[in-house]
Amino acid sequence: MQIALILGISRTMLMARLRQTVIAAVGVTFGITMFITLVSFMTGLNKLLDGLILNRTPHIRLYNEIKPSANQPVNLSSEFRNYMNIIRSIKPKERPLEIYNSQAILRRLKDDPRVLGTAPKVVAQVFFNVGAIDLNGVINGIDVVAESQLFSFADYLVMGKFQDLETVNNSIILGKGAAEKMLVDLGDVIQVTTARGERLPLKVVGVFQLGIADIDNVQSYTSVQTAQKLLGESNSYLTDIHVKLKDLTLAPGMAGEYKNLFNVDAIDLQTANAQFETGTKIRNIITYAVSITLLIVAGFGIYNILNMMIYEKMDSIAILKATGFSGRDVKGIFISISLIIGVTGGVLGLLFGFILSSLISQIPFKTAALPAIETYPINFNPQYYLIGIVFAIITTYIAGFFPARKASMVDPVEIIRGK
Amino acid sequence: MDKLILETKKINKYFHDPVTNQVLKEISFKMKVGEFVSVVGKSGCGKSTLLYILSTMDTDYQGQLVLDGTLMTGKSDRELSQVRNEKIGFVFQFHYLLPEFSVLQNVMLPGLKLARLESDEVEQNAIEHLKSLGIGHLAGKKASQISGGEKQRVAIARALINQPLIVMGDEPTGNLDRKNSDIVFDIFHQLAADTGQALLIVTHDHEFAERTDRIIEMDDGRIVNGGT
Ligand SMILES: Nc1ncnc2c1ncn2[C@@H]1O[C@H](COP(=O)(O)OP(=O)(O)OP(=O)(O)O)[C@@H](O)[C@H]1O
Ligand SMILES: [Mg+2]
Repeated sequence: MQIALILGISRTMLMARLRQTVIAAVGVTFGITMFITLVSFMTGLNKLLDGLILNRTPHIRLYNEIKPSANQPVNLSSEFRNYMNIIRSIKPKERPLEIYNSQAILRRLKDDPRVLGTAPKVVAQVFFNVGAIDLNGVINGIDVVAESQLFSFADYLVMGKFQDLETVNNSIILGKGAAEKMLVDLGDVIQVTTARGERLPLKVVGVFQLGIADIDNVQSYTSVQTAQKLLGESNSYLTDIHVKLKDLTLAPGMAGEYKNLFNVDAIDLQTANAQFETGTKIRNIITYAVSITLLIVAGFGIYNILNMMIYEKMDSIAILKATGFSGRDVKGIFISISLIIGVTGGVLGLLFGFILSSLISQIPFKTAALPAIETYPINFNPQYYLIGIVFAIITTYIAGFFPARKASMVDPVEIIRGK
Repeated sequence: MDKLILETKKINKYFHDPVTNQVLKEISFKMKVGEFVSVVGKSGCGKSTLLYILSTMDTDYQGQLVLDGTLMTGKSDRELSQVRNEKIGFVFQFHYLLPEFSVLQNVMLPGLKLARLESDEVEQNAIEHLKSLGIGHLAGKKASQISGGEKQRVAIARALINQPLIVMGDEPTGNLDRKNSDIVFDIFHQLAADTGQALLIVTHDHEFAERTDRIIEMDDGRIVNGGT
């Protein structure tokens, strides 16, 4: 089969039916445009929503939980080993929230090649004193640099600068809800009291908003050192170590490993946020289902137009066959007609999809829940453009295949005698 | 004895729609290389039907067809289209051209398909054929925009483009005036004499038939005269 000759014939036949060809191509263009736009928008939104959780959540969190000891003394006794021991009213053992030997653990984690980074933390229950009222709160002593690098802390700051946490002594960043309740502004000083009664004045250097009321009303951030000072603890005192991994999927396995290795509690992201993956998956399924439907509709358009074309071109097919073109050549001609429509329509679809999603990414999108977002989120991943064009080609090939096969089986004598 | 270009052995052809009807009955005849044969007969006697079988387009028949020493009966669709492209030139009764292509492209396409010559040589030959048929000036026109007689001559040029061993024509001069009909006859005659191409032409034109080497006369699906 001579490709150049076949393509030339296809092209001439297409040009002779330009209007139909354009209509068919517009169908494909529309399908691909919608696919690109939908996928870019949906995955952009997915990434944003996932980011809300993923950015702010450690892949593995090491901490000490207050809970009863799993091994009660009676279980250790050899005398009662073969008995079924029932113990009632167990109270949790007095066990410090401090992670024992935290510096060694941090060093060990730093050397682990699977670990992207670690952020030490001191978490404590506090009261914010506003006049006569005490507000419940939680203060997080953080390593400012590690926290902002690993968990994009700065993105959620709506006022102030997060670096001030380190440079300004005794400073604090409040949640937006708490700041509003206390009517404080940047530079104001608030009183913070710990559960044990220690009290410290802290200067407000920033306000953050995550968009989750439970967090914005309660949480606050200060430097690790300030938190240690507030609690009257040594500078090795840590209650949490947050670990970010290079590969998120390793988290469940590694959490178990660290639990045994460091003798602490460890929880992985997947266990802590089981619902988030389900949401992502379902949104992806909807996106693909809608796009594929659009392309299938476009495919039927091509199929119809090609079928019509073949009825119109019966004479031409008969002549081609009579003058020496084989069934395979004729099939090639109609499949390439279909593919030319598919590729042209598909490439235009990619272009329009890009333009449309660029336009959407310019539309302002302001919501209190997402302070870091200014416009609608669009994911410009080239992978979707590749999927789009491959899908356009496959659909048009299939749509062209059956009409083309029919054309290849046309009996020229029937046509010529029929006149 | 001269070399044979075409031989049929007891070809029978039936149509089953609406009732079974035998259209060709025991057709056996031979044609020599370079022979110019005309086929005459009443309308409906089976001339076109026979020609479709001889041109290998119709494969639904009984009997055997031998072309250029090779048995055509039972060959595959692809092999037959190759044979048609290379060895047979065909002019239809109703001058079929591809309407979306130009006159020149119509003539060139079988040559491009065969690819024995470069495309500019094919073009050169096509233009010469058109000129000798008196329609050189139409080369650039759309095939749908010329007259019936002109279409017929374009179809003749297309049949000649690959220098086939045999040219078959189903009333190729049916739409032509005396003058152009004579031109076509002269071209055919020259082909037979100079290049040894055989010609099998169905015609109602007695004057045309009288001037050929041999006349095969058909009646009601049989060859009644000139079969050998
Ligand atoms: N598709 C068909 N189905 C049934 N009968 C057919 C079919 N095509 C042709 N016939 C019959 O076969 C016979 C021969 O037809 P054919 O076309 O070969 O005649 P012809 O000799 O070429 O006539 P003309 O000189 O008018 O072109 C006719 O009687 C016709 O009615
Ligand atoms: Mg006829």
